[in-house]
Amino acid sequence: MSGFSFNRFLAVLHKETLEMRRDKATIGLTVMLPLIQLFLFGYALNANPRHLPTGVLTGEESRYSRDLEAALHNTGYFDLRRFASEAEADTALARGDVLFVLNIPAGFTRDVDNGRKPAILMDADATDPTAIAQASAAVNALNATVLQRDLPVPLQNQTGGAPFQIIVHSRYNPEAITAINVVPGLIGVIVSFSTLVITALTMTREREAGTMENLLSMPVRPLEVMFGKIMPYVGLGYVQVFLILAVSVAVFGVPVHGSIALLLAVLGLFIACNLALGFTFSTIARTQMQAQQLAQFALLPSMMLSGFIYPFAGMPLWARAIGEALPLTHIIRIARGILLKGNGFAEIAGDVWPMAVFAVAATGVAVWSYRETLD
Amino acid sequence: MTRYAIDVHGLAKRFGDRQVVSGLDLRVPEGEICGFLGGNGSGKTTTIRMLCGLLTPDAGGGTCLGLDVIKQSAEIRLQVGYMTQRFSFYGELTVKENLDFVARLYQLPNRGKVVADMLERMGLADRADQFARNLSGGWKQRMALAACVLHRPKLLLLDEPTAGVDAKARREFWDLINDMAAEGMTVLVSTHYMDEAERCKRIVYLSGGRLIVQGTAEDVVRDAALVVFDLTGEGIDKVSKRLRGAPGIESATIFGRALRVVGLDRDAMRASLATIATDPGIVTEEVPARLDDVFIHLLQEPTA
Repeated sequence: MSGFSFNRFLAVLHKETLEMRRDKATIGLTVMLPLIQLFLFGYALNANPRHLPTGVLTGEESRYSRDLEAALHNTGYFDLRRFASEAEADTALARGDVLFVLNIPAGFTRDVDNGRKPAILMDADATDPTAIAQASAAVNALNATVLQRDLPVPLQNQTGGAPFQIIVHSRYNPEAITAINVVPGLIGVIVSFSTLVITALTMTREREAGTMENLLSMPVRPLEVMFGKIMPYVGLGYVQVFLILAVSVAVFGVPVHGSIALLLAVLGLFIACNLALGFTFSTIARTQMQAQQLAQFALLPSMMLSGFIYPFAGMPLWARAIGEALPLTHIIRIARGILLKGNGFAEIAGDVWPMAVFAVAATGVAVWSYRETLD
Repeated sequence: MTRYAIDVHGLAKRFGDRQVVSGLDLRVPEGEICGFLGGNGSGKTTTIRMLCGLLTPDAGGGTCLGLDVIKQSAEIRLQVGYMTQRFSFYGELTVKENLDFVARLYQLPNRGKVVADMLERMGLADRADQFARNLSGGWKQRMALAACVLHRPKLLLLDEPTAGVDAKARREFWDLINDMAAEGMTVLVSTHYMDEAERCKRIVYLSGGRLIVQGTAEDVVRDAALVVFDLTGEGIDKVSKRLRGAPGIESATIFGRALRVVGLDRDAMRASLATIATDPGIVTEEVPARLDDVFIHLLQEPTA
């Protein structure tokens, strides 16, 4: 009975698949949960927020200032309110009551008419760069056209650029991250949630149901049990991946600049990492409850330190070191790289091998901690 | 020379600070049905698990089917069928799927036929496509037995296979076990039922992790040297309470119309009976001891 038997592996695989298929509730959850999470996080985190509270300080009441305010309002991004003093506006910005403050200087009309191309300062609260990114972009598109109708005739036909400039000044977080896109990261997060937790429960379920004793008394090897039990969930993991990708593209408009096949292949490795880790938890834990807690213990730091929620570059060195060890960190980079930047294998290779190392190490630990006796 | 399917000596196992099995010697000749008896927590399950390699003994050793219980536990597993005390198959799989899974793990050739034959033999053919979780207690046990003997083991270890099963199902279950023993399979079966113990060729009694008594049912009864009196007639229910604890009397229990008084010292018992059971309506008669008298006697003895 020594060595790996493909037939025994197939036996375990078949049995596990039957059990999985008949567990309708779990199947339903593994299909529904990713979708719910995707919509929840996708909209909650990646929304393109409109109607942002915006303060206006104006040094003059003129046709131009009214044109400008109306144009900002019409973009749909800004809800304007007037402030009487700079101090008042600053306080409101600091408190977060407003996200922007537009400062129209005195003499704005005169400077425009004289062709001096005056600059208008727009302070922005950049603590949450995604929140203001789209709005800021909208502002920059305004310059050229907003005053067109009211300009003096000689200036209307001028081709030397906009008659004035709006300079968006990002406060609090000047290096706003622009390439951020939550949905590619979500692919990794959702897949690791479901695959890790489910496999963490598989061995403990056998133990609690008493079937473990029987399984151990039969001639079956640890690797056969492990692979046989894991494979059905690889399949389930891929179902989730397809769902998430389809919704990401169709609903959230995530661009696909790179190769989907490459992404799917690498996701296979990522799923393997999670399943091996889950299996390890499963062999260590005595009860399903413990297994669940171990899984959560692994998931939370993954979420925090992988660059999914907080930018990786902003973390201290030790946290980055932990992050580098986590498969989620690498799959998020890979997913963003392939989907958003069109990266190929050469660019992602640096993130593939750490996952491969993780998968092999976790499998090793899982097999090592699998006990063939009840001792 | 007798060949032994089980031949172990000095087996010991400790869990934490609880010594569950200590210094256990056990020999079961090939082809015998050996009844494994003892109170709850006496170490029966732990011993069985050590015999099939699921637990590693702390001390002692020996052979199972001629294979070393410590070094060759993997080989032993191939030739032993172990039926766990608790139903340990997959409820979400049908009877047939469960058997098929077992057959595949043992890599049995001609699997489909082996499984079909076993379903037929065990009378499970009609229930082949039922989910195991929907089977009643008796059928679950029968399916478990089918799964354990599918690979034609030489040694069958049954851990309380008939607990909680009705009398008819128990009898049918034992008929199956007898048939298998007749085909040369050695069976070690733990039980709490006297009628089942009496069907065993050999009885082994465990207490506190030690083997206290072994032999045929007749041997065990004879060696215990119990003295038993049956009291019948009017007034036995009144004297039973007073007899308990009287000199020489170990137990006084009413079975229907008779009061059964058990002890070891005939003279002391007679003296107690003469002073307590004085009612003229009571008829006292000495009768042969039965196996259940012996076990209740053994259960009462303080464990060594």
